[in-house]
Amino acid sequence: MRQVAVASGGLTRFTKNDLSLETLMVSSVKQIFEKTENLEQKDIDVVLISTNANDKYLANIVSELCGISPKIAHSIESLCNSGTNCIVSAYSYILSGLAKTALVIGAEKTNSPGLVLEWDKSRGQYKHPIYWSSMFTSAHMRKFGTTSEDLAYVSAKNHRNALDNPYAYFDREYSLQEITESKNLTENVRLLDCSMSCDGSAAVLLTSSDIATKFTDRPVWITGIGQKSTSAGFTKNDDLTSMKSTAYSASDAYQMSGRKPTDVDVAELHDAFSICEIIELEDLGFVSKGQGSSYVHQLYDSHDRRINPRGGLIGAGHPLGATGIAQTVEICQQLQGNAKKRQVDGAKVGLVHNMSAAATSSTVMILES
Amino acid sequence: MTKFEQELKNNNFLCSHCTTCDKLVWPPSDFCNNCFSDVVWKPVSRFARLIEFSRKDNEYFCIAEFEENIRVMGSIQNSSNLKINQPLFLVKCDYDGIERFVFEPVLTS
Repeated sequence: MRQVAVASGGLTRFTKNDLSLETLMVSSVKQIFEKTENLEQKDIDVVLISTNANDKYLANIVSELCGISPKIAHSIESLCNSGTNCIVSAYSYILSGLAKTALVIGAEKTNSPGLVLEWDKSRGQYKHPIYWSSMFTSAHMRKFGTTSEDLAYVSAKNHRNALDNPYAYFDREYSLQEITESKNLTENVRLLDCSMSCDGSAAVLLTSSDIATKFTDRPVWITGIGQKSTSAGFTKNDDLTSMKSTAYSASDAYQMSGRKPTDVDVAELHDAFSICEIIELEDLGFVSKGQGSSYVHQLYDSHDRRINPRGGLIGAGHPLGATGIAQTVEICQQLQGNAKKRQVDGAKVGLVHNMSAAATSSTVMILES
Repeated sequence: MTKFEQELKNNNFLCSHCTTCDKLVWPPSDFCNNCFSDVVWKPVSRFARLIEFSRKDNEYFCIAEFEENIRVMGSIQNSSNLKINQPLFLVKCDYDGIERFVFEPVLTS
């Protein structure tokens, strides 16, 4: 099904700075206008904003700052997967015929209110994400014998991949020893197993199939989408060695696209913590249950960039509302052959996985060149 | 402060209960999440089961399950040789802007 394309993308460096949310957003949009042929402000039908910030009327404000008068403009918030929720909504507007083009813009500041889900009473005093991560880690270690060194391989691989991403927060490699000796936040979660909250922005331009080639000669098609919310409260994850919402989403996305895990040449996974990438590799069907760690070892040892070529959230940083959009920009660059040193040779099929709040909700998208 | 929070502050762990469906509704809500009927408040058993645990510095924290339904995170005091599924007792609950649950292992002979 080739009806909605990603025609272009823009990013800002993920870092910590004093720029306003609006300035970050306009900066990534500016890139899109600078590099997209034939694109004018009057072409934009929809502006959707992805952020956890409490600012009001942002889609309209950013539209005005960009000189755009869209038909439809509003914000979408879903914690860490706000970005892909936004893309899916833009996709739906285009597929419905309400719009032909949509600009999806995500941004976050380091001190985002989306970092902690205060509503979740079941987390008690343990509301910070390191605690749910620690529970998943304990469970996976117990059931599959996963070790601290296995977790370190995820972090080492993703920090190393981020070295070739000019927009990444981290710009240095970490050895396995440095990671395993980094500060213990809990018994089994170390500082370098965590993604870094930071300031950053990302944007994509989506178009309908009939006008995609007006803006690019290499459109990237969204061929599969799966989304699932299993709950909002963390403790309703009944199997802590798995992320059910991810498995459901993957199944739907594969079915819609007619693809299977072995067809995926390159993937962006939501590695909020090292354990996440291991579990997600299993729940997305790249490996069977319990084999996630050994696959990460293999990727690391062979310098294979199939998984998280831009460095994932651990290497690139995690400005919540921008993350899912930045993941999508990366997969588009890979499928267009524009990923430079990060390029996975011959990539034709890509996958984006973005999740929220201890995987209580997930999005999976299949993209194809 | 909500009824749930006020009771928690008084060391009472209550949960919303739907009399139509005869089920505990967790997290606490004014309506049943199955039939949308009004709920009543019902004390939750102080006994729980250990689902998972980890440690921060010297303090153990865990997920505990009450009445095969309600799972919460809390701390464990007097912890040694913790085992998954072992019985726990809710020694104390509190609310000071944050819900707090404190467990102790139930000693079995």
